[in-house]
Amino acid sequence: MSTLTTWLRDPNPASRMQSRLGQSYLSWLRLRRNPLAMIGLLITAALLFVAIFAPVLAPHDPITQELGRRLLPPGTPGNILGTDDFGRDILSRILYGSRITLYIVLLVILTAPVVGLIIGTVAGYFGGWVDTILMRITDIFLAFPKLILALALVAVLGPGMENAVLAIALTSWPPYARVSRAETLTVRNSDYIAAVKLQGAGPIRIIWGHVIPMCLPSVIIRVTLDMAGVILTAAGLGFLGLGVQPPLPEWGLMISAGRKFLFEQWWVATMPGLAIFIVSLGFNLLGDGLRDVLDPKSASK
Amino acid sequence: MTSTPAPPSRLIPLLRQIGGTVVTLFVTFLGLLMVTFFISNVIPVDPVLSILGERATEAQMEEARERLGLNEPLWKQFGIYVGNTLQGDLGTSIRTREPVLQEVSQRFPATLELATLATILGVLLGVPAGVIAATKPGSFFDQSTRLIGLMGYSMPVFWLGLMGLLLFYGQLGWVGGPGRLDAGYQMSLDFELTQYTGMILLDTALNNRWDMFANAFSHIILPAGILAYISMAYISRMTRSFMMNELGQEYITTARVKGMPERRVIWVHALKNVMVPLITVIALSYAYLLEGAVLTETIFAWPGLGSYITDALMVADMPAVLGGTVVVGIAYIGLNMLSDLLYRLVDPRARV
Repeated sequence: MSTLTTWLRDPNPASRMQSRLGQSYLSWLRLRRNPLAMIGLLITAALLFVAIFAPVLAPHDPITQELGRRLLPPGTPGNILGTDDFGRDILSRILYGSRITLYIVLLVILTAPVVGLIIGTVAGYFGGWVDTILMRITDIFLAFPKLILALALVAVLGPGMENAVLAIALTSWPPYARVSRAETLTVRNSDYIAAVKLQGAGPIRIIWGHVIPMCLPSVIIRVTLDMAGVILTAAGLGFLGLGVQPPLPEWGLMISAGRKFLFEQWWVATMPGLAIFIVSLGFNLLGDGLRDVLDPKSASK
Repeated sequence: MTSTPAPPSRLIPLLRQIGGTVVTLFVTFLGLLMVTFFISNVIPVDPVLSILGERATEAQMEEARERLGLNEPLWKQFGIYVGNTLQGDLGTSIRTREPVLQEVSQRFPATLELATLATILGVLLGVPAGVIAATKPGSFFDQSTRLIGLMGYSMPVFWLGLMGLLLFYGQLGWVGGPGRLDAGYQMSLDFELTQYTGMILLDTALNNRWDMFANAFSHIILPAGILAYISMAYISRMTRSFMMNELGQEYITTARVKGMPERRVIWVHALKNVMVPLITVIALSYAYLLEGAVLTETIFAWPGLGSYITDALMVADMPAVLGGTVVVGIAYIGLNMLSDLLYRLVDPRARV
């Protein structure tokens, strides 16, 4: 173990991999000192764990209705968090719901930041009229009310999980374009880019191999910080009946189902909301901590 | 200020910038319309079918298409759409057959009232919290404001609204329930009250109906408080970081060395400079609240723009949805630009 840490902390790394791992190790040490960020990491890890092992962890099937056991309060043996109006176990539905949440988050992560990265780096690298046009488009999209636009989009595309993801992705790429353009501008005139250019590399190769990697840290921080927003928007769409459709156990949808008997059976709406809250808080805490660690500007303070 | 009058040369760049902002405003506005136009015309939902219903004859359909300009090329349709919007024609609601603009303008004051009250509360709580947190970074107060703020970012606003109703209305009975007034007062709103502004707190006060004012206040305070919490989270965080930045400046050190009381250094000298970027933040959070009111309004049966849009969504009344979207979009873009302009006006450094 101690040889591993000395290898990681070696000030004169022998290989590129050693240097990279060493850097990550130092970042990890800094992150570990931040208790709130560690709580965030724990929550995120728990979300992953629950999503993977939902069938093992859940005491009941999330969809099967059992009308004889409807609206049981929390603490009922066999239904720790109570049951909903169809007699389905709320805990099991929340556990399975984590899969849907994770799925939506992953789909958005795989689209919006990628689009933003490409637009931002291309605009920043080429400059001139390409930059002007792309950034004008970005600014226009930034000036839109995101949630309402997503609502209108889903309204015409039709409700459903994929359309909700599409609407969220279409409204959330502009900040990534901004961030990656700013990063690109700082590196585009540096010597190492000039060196690669002299070797005869074309723009695509330079952007892909040498510019995008420099933008990644800032983009990753933004992604972590935005994740909570994505979860909240998806839940909002689900709540309005525009996202994931019943009987799937999506958290926002579950809250909307519990709204009808909020004052009599409070737990039906409360429990899934707590799940959303905890998971979003986890992402926010982690993102906040990561920003302190990975962002050189705030680290130097 | 009094010794040297501003040279005229400084005014011209400022005017040029304002001109530039107006152009940007117009381009952004066109962009917004392009998106709503795309949503309404390019995505295949036949608008004629939704207006006339399925039993219309082919000739009627053709006539309607001709009347609506749907047989024209797309770019021409877009031109007509922009022209109509500029003249205030947002189309006709399918559900009520009323002009969308008329309906939206009836709903707008309720949203405006909610968002304004929420922003005022958010500023009153958020700015002092941010300032105090910045003066003692790492302290218990700083940590807890940060955590409370992060919690605000992490809660679904509709859930928070439901929980608020459950606790403060259902359990404690401290506030009024959904709606703007108790049912008993709703009648007198329509018949006894002169509606000057459409904002209920102002109208009841102007009519000297303080009993109604109190009732309206008990209804608005919960949704406004919930929105205020969210804007407070943002405002306090930004205030803290601006303040931290300002407290590191040399003029602060000078003031301290001169022996100026710390309270004056922070709340007068530093805060004055923090207010400049803060204006932008407040305007942005106001714009965000106009939008964030959508989900809150549905929870609190608040008859504003947000519930107008969501109600229209439920019955697929697309002209109403898109009309509402355009209005919120315009308000949003306008506030964005306004904050930009204010910033330039207040901060001389930004005029360069």
